[in-house]
Amino acid sequence: MANLASRFILLASISACLTTLTLSLNNAWANEMSARPSAAERTFSHTLDNGMKIIVREDHRAPVMVSQVWYKVGSSYEHAGMTGVSHVLEHLMFKGTEKVPDGEFSKLISQYGGSENAFTSYDYTGYYQVMSATNLPLSIELEADRMQNAIMPDEAFAKEIEVVKEERRLRTDDKPNSVAYERFMAAAYLSSGYHNPVIGWMHDLDNMNARDARNWYKKWYMPNNAILVVVGDVKAPEVFELAARYFGPIPKGEVPKRPLNREVAGKGERRISVDIPAKIATLFVGYNVPGINTAEDETDVYALRMLAGVLDGGYSARIETDMVRNQGIAASAGAGYGGFSLGDTLFYFSGVPAEGYSIEQLEAAFNEQIEKLQTELADPEELERVKAQIISGIVYQQDSISSQANQIGRMEAIGRSWQEADAMVEKLSAITPEQIQAAARKYLVTDNRTVAVLNPQPL
Amino acid sequence: MSEQSRISRKTLSTMILVISIFVVVLYNLPGSVKPGDGGEPGPIVTPMQSPPLKERADGSKLTSLELIEQAEAKPYKVHIDAWNTPNGAKVLFVQASEIPMLDVRVVFDAGAARDGDLPGLAQLTSAMLTEGAGIADVDAIARHFEGLGANLNTNSYRDMAIASLRTLSDPQYRDPALTMFYDVVAQPTFPESSLDRLRQQMLLGLQQEKQSPGALAQKAFFKGLYQDLPYGIPPNGTEASLTRITSDDLRRFHQQYYVAANMVIAMIGDIDRTQAEMIALQLDNQLPKGQAAPKLASAQPLQQAQQEHVEFPSSQTHILVGSIGVKRGDPDWFALTVGNEVLGAGGFSSRLNQIIRQDNGLAYSVYSHFIPMASEGPFLINLQTRNDQTQQALTLLNDTLQSFVETGPTEEELEAAKRHILGSFPLQTASNSNIVDYLGMIGFYDLPLDYLDTYIGNIEKVDIKAIKKAFGRVVQPEAMFTVTAGQQTTPVSADTEASL
Repeated sequence: MANLASRFILLASISACLTTLTLSLNNAWANEMSARPSAAERTFSHTLDNGMKIIVREDHRAPVMVSQVWYKVGSSYEHAGMTGVSHVLEHLMFKGTEKVPDGEFSKLISQYGGSENAFTSYDYTGYYQVMSATNLPLSIELEADRMQNAIMPDEAFAKEIEVVKEERRLRTDDKPNSVAYERFMAAAYLSSGYHNPVIGWMHDLDNMNARDARNWYKKWYMPNNAILVVVGDVKAPEVFELAARYFGPIPKGEVPKRPLNREVAGKGERRISVDIPAKIATLFVGYNVPGINTAEDETDVYALRMLAGVLDGGYSARIETDMVRNQGIAASAGAGYGGFSLGDTLFYFSGVPAEGYSIEQLEAAFNEQIEKLQTELADPEELERVKAQIISGIVYQQDSISSQANQIGRMEAIGRSWQEADAMVEKLSAITPEQIQAAARKYLVTDNRTVAVLNPQPL
Repeated sequence: MSEQSRISRKTLSTMILVISIFVVVLYNLPGSVKPGDGGEPGPIVTPMQSPPLKERADGSKLTSLELIEQAEAKPYKVHIDAWNTPNGAKVLFVQASEIPMLDVRVVFDAGAARDGDLPGLAQLTSAMLTEGAGIADVDAIARHFEGLGANLNTNSYRDMAIASLRTLSDPQYRDPALTMFYDVVAQPTFPESSLDRLRQQMLLGLQQEKQSPGALAQKAFFKGLYQDLPYGIPPNGTEASLTRITSDDLRRFHQQYYVAANMVIAMIGDIDRTQAEMIALQLDNQLPKGQAAPKLASAQPLQQAQQEHVEFPSSQTHILVGSIGVKRGDPDWFALTVGNEVLGAGGFSSRLNQIIRQDNGLAYSVYSHFIPMASEGPFLINLQTRNDQTQQALTLLNDTLQSFVETGPTEEELEAAKRHILGSFPLQTASNSNIVDYLGMIGFYDLPLDYLDTYIGNIEKVDIKAIKKAFGRVVQPEAMFTVTAGQQTTPVSADTEASL
């Protein structure tokens, strides 16, 4: 309890200058960073003759690196009856090649001190290794080998599909929120590939065979549909040389047409109820909105991003302050916008009503927030807080080579440039309260809305 | 980005599920399911330096291995500064000026193990720190940190209560962020309105637990294994205790455990030693000296096998098999680490994964863990499988464990495990986040300051004999505690009937 008096004084002086501090954050950050080579200045890209793109960010803080191969294919590329095949293929990519038999890939990475994994999402599939920087050649040789030479025998498929079904049970079927979310997505996306879950519907998994996966592999896995991202204690020219050596000889293929993943115009609200054994009622609301690839005016994307920040950019933002703390209607609530996708996307809300409140009251409170955004201009101070977090977030992100690589890969995989992520701060900073209001009026309207309610049944 | 900047409340279990479902779901292959509960933060230590290079006796056709052999591993060392504050708090500091930011983490011996007869007290106290401090109310605190672009987090585990701040290191953001951080740690006001709200959220969390077979299995595991010992206390409380806890209880808990003599300060970032000393001194000044928390009672191993089943209408059964494990600082720790790598920690190279997932397709995720804590933490193996395969999976699990404890790893497995652990060691300290985890762990568990420097040597020393001896002492396959949560005897549901 010492020093109480002195802290009073300090605190008062701090709040007095708080506004100026946040306003000056932008410039100060730029000055601070100019002393060191910026992330962009340490990032290099190159395209091989066969069309494979390589992006390297040098980060010499520790003698480690992450190496990722991204394929521009994911669940949103799948057609009816084949849902989940991108993810099944991802599993089968570990089942060996002629040069590296089944089990050998993981064994080699492990023995060279690496950790490895893979991921499948709506718009992309990725494979990565995190290792000592000196082991990069191994990582690149193995990935180049399995880009074209994976065997995927029927027997391996038969076992692995059971693993995938266990994964579906674990992650979706036995989790009420995941079941509700899956159905919410299916209702909110009518005409794009985002309608189906990444892991696929169970009956499609039951019906799948090894040939389906092999065909999918032949169709999409080729150097001109892939991106290599390396971040860490490496030198860009050396990475380019390694890539040329191992990926270079792989012939260019013919990349099929990508899905547009466009949504048809909303013609009225959609409402669904998910009645499953559970304990907690949960509300999901989504508005169909454009993403970075589908917006007629890019400004809308950044305005929606700022709008999400005003609503849910932290504990001081509106949803936490008004709905959770002051009104006490929500036990938990959130909003967000996934603007960086291949096609159209959602602006979403979700929440759990507080004790004594109903789902209807929670929904009304969300609507009240939206109305307020449509009728009143956001306070510049709120926007400054959102920006401050975005700016510092970019600094903090540099602590992790993996999250840097993820950001680069994600942007490139949806057909954008990694540089756009860096330019985002400027674009977001330029967004005005009027533009935020306009975005709320244009997009957060009933016609675009899907509402799903998890309606708990006895367990 | 906004997810990263969230302030602490989102870490409450009630919030996390609802929010996280919107994070684009990624389906990871080895699906590293961690022991979601009971594990103290602090990296599960694994590996430094490139391992002895593999001979190409296996006839590998890879040409890159030669390139790797030619490369020289760079020396890499984390330099830790350590000292004590006048009131006895331990300080660990690493200067890292590559990124203009600073992490400050204070760790108190004030986790759920100190709840006494009020389960949930430690977690509520920790969550309430950001709800009012000094003259600032919850809105002012949130606006202050978020306006500065700073991240504030409070977390509570079984052993530790942690408050962490990440801020830009430029003094114009750092100083005001730190000033408020000191208040949050030392002068929380525990306002009634917030207490009621957080209490409701935790009660909701208990409801949420009831719809999760995994959470129910884990809860039954800790309760059954530790009974009335401190680690048997459910950190998220019980309905009875949560309803009973008052703001006076929080104050009393805070006054007793959030004290200098019970604190470790871990820092890494773009500041120098003098600045680090100033920060530590400020924290030290604002807290009473107090006393270190007393040692926790030891847990005794089970005398015979025990089983518990939680009936739940899920499609999978969650299986946990385990026993009382070891404390942090156990003399056999390195032998257990290498052995466990072979048994079930080493991802796709482990025996459990090979047998249960790869050979039989029975589970997506199967792992074995030692969770070393202040008192004896658990040893456990966990997996999830379709209900009707439960017996088959359990038999394979138990056979694998028994044979491993009896015969230990093969020479080849031992070498492979050591190579992985040693080779991946640089990854364990590659970011400020990793390092501050280590600093907190080394300080809290009184590990030697050269823990990281001696790690390599300690792993290299491990041989088969040491592993057999260590497992023989700690793990008794005939006296394991088995928890299952799922449907025990059910008609096979539609999707389980499908075959290829």
